[in-house]
Amino acid sequence: MGMTMTQKILAAHAGLDSVCAGQLILANLDMVLGNDITSPVAIREFDRLGIDSVFDKNKITMVMDHFAPNKDIKAAEQCKVCREFCGEYNVQNFFDVGKMGIEHALLPEKGLVVSGDAVIGADSHTCTYGALGAFSTGVGSTDMACAMAVGKAWFKVPSAIKFVLKGKLARFVSGKDVILHIIGKIGVDGALYKSMEFTGEGLSSLSVSDRLCIANMAIEAGAKNGIFEVDNLTLDYVKAHSQRNPVVYSADSDAEYDEVYEINLSEIEPTVAFPHLPENTRTFDQIENVKIDQVVIGSCTNGRLEDLAAAAEILKGRKVADNVRTIIIPATQQIYLEAMKKGLLEIFIESGAVVSTPTCGPCLGGHMGILAKGERAVATTNRNFVGRMGHPQSEVYLASPAVAAASAVTGFITDPRKLMDTNGHGGNL
Amino acid sequence: MKYCGTAIKYGDNVDTDVIIPARYLNTSDNRELASHCMEDIDPSFVNRVKHGDIMVAGQNFGCGSSREHAPIAIKESGISIVIAASFARIFYRNAINIGLGIVECPEAVNEISEGDVVEADMDNGIIFNKTTGKKYETAPFPEFIQKIIENGGLIQSIADGIVK
Ligand code: SF4
Repeated sequence: MGMTMTQKILAAHAGLDSVCAGQLILANLDMVLGNDITSPVAIREFDRLGIDSVFDKNKITMVMDHFAPNKDIKAAEQCKVCREFCGEYNVQNFFDVGKMGIEHALLPEKGLVVSGDAVIGADSHTCTYGALGAFSTGVGSTDMACAMAVGKAWFKVPSAIKFVLKGKLARFVSGKDVILHIIGKIGVDGALYKSMEFTGEGLSSLSVSDRLCIANMAIEAGAKNGIFEVDNLTLDYVKAHSQRNPVVYSADSDAEYDEVYEINLSEIEPTVAFPHLPENTRTFDQIENVKIDQVVIGSCTNGRLEDLAAAAEILKGRKVADNVRTIIIPATQQIYLEAMKKGLLEIFIESGAVVSTPTCGPCLGGHMGILAKGERAVATTNRNFVGRMGHPQSEVYLASPAVAAASAVTGFITDPRKLMDTNGHGGNL
Repeated sequence: MKYCGTAIKYGDNVDTDVIIPARYLNTSDNRELASHCMEDIDPSFVNRVKHGDIMVAGQNFGCGSSREHAPIAIKESGISIVIAASFARIFYRNAINIGLGIVECPEAVNEISEGDVVEADMDNGIIFNKTTGKKYETAPFPEFIQKIIENGGLIQSIADGIVK
């Protein structure tokens, strides 16, 4: 029987000719990832194993992104644990303040993941790298500890749902709208334990940044991983960022899928997920006046240069509304620098937004923009669970950078197409 | 292994952000994590949970982040086992790895009410609601998974030579 793309990668990493859904396998890993929250727990567990080396000092990455720059003494202690561990075991890819960015934006940018890799990370959004045609999935700290020791992890081979994309996104519609649309359709457990595989002629119109955003939120549908068919765009990206050679796996023509969805990109509208689940999606015909207090543009979902450019296009020459705190967080130092060179930071600051150093910060209610009781935020992040950005009675609305920027300008959740005329200037609000 | 305790019940899609809010993740101290368990959806949980109590929940329990702090907080709070209609996959894996008992049984979840006294016999895959007198069957875990849970988790099991 044919294999899906994910199954092929897993088979190759388990040293098997073929695998089938449900099979338990032990796979070799190309990269093991952790952050400042999950790594300390993994290090504690690793220490209990009583071994004196890691499996490969080049295949472990630790990124200090969640509560860094350290938000308090406890956070500082956690980063210190990671710093000392990486020093002691000579872990090469340790990213501290000054080098760090949000992990899932950083690893592709640094070329630490290429097509065909098998990656685990003690962070649920590790599924992001599927955009590059890698198998990557989130695990917990114990799995990370064992993987740092032996370079392997066990997996149950997943079955898959196939998404065949066609058409082309309309203006002011992005990858974020695509994945919110899909989660709205299949639900937060719609792909539980499964792979989401993306293919079809519509792929060619999606930028790498859009693909990273879509794969990033596969976990929000419960998926084990999201993965994109590799095309020239992927290969160009990987070659521009990494010395390593990508390996291209494609699904067999007779691979079996649990379900197949056709998604016409041309029909997708700007989409917003209302509190408190990413599946509570609405398009603007169903959105009344929702007044907001804060806008956050950033995160591993939408903190890339393209996202900042989309926001800047809308904020250029405009001011954010009174009483809307607008926080913009480039996801990595490199993105920060490029945004500066392109003049985006100037546009943001002149509009009345603040620009922060890379950090997860408000995305997980950590720091740098916590909500008070009853407050509402539009965020380009990926989760709107109860209390995610602060007080349990605050609310997070998930949206694209364009929707977030348009909402910052008006103070209400706003359709960017309505704010901008068809030429992208003017405005009829 | 048999667990017996009073049921504390929640709904569908209980996510890791409510099990242990991220604002408390600046520590990995188990006790401290447990002191904030379920705080955002049930502030009374930490005061009423008793050692051995059983957590009962709906679909997709533990969805969201990969934080192992979530099953750690539940285990440390005294909960002996979580019975859910279904689990999110990372939570499922993490619970086994840290030695928190879990079992999927949608029928039992439907019919167990808050406060019922429930017995979970993991060796035979039987859940018995002592309050209503009803029995439910589930597929027991393979023996090696049972052993990992009973032995307090994966690392302890490797250290003890139970898992090689
Ligand atoms: S930006 Fe948010 S979702 Fe992404 S890794 Fe950081 S906390 Fe997690």
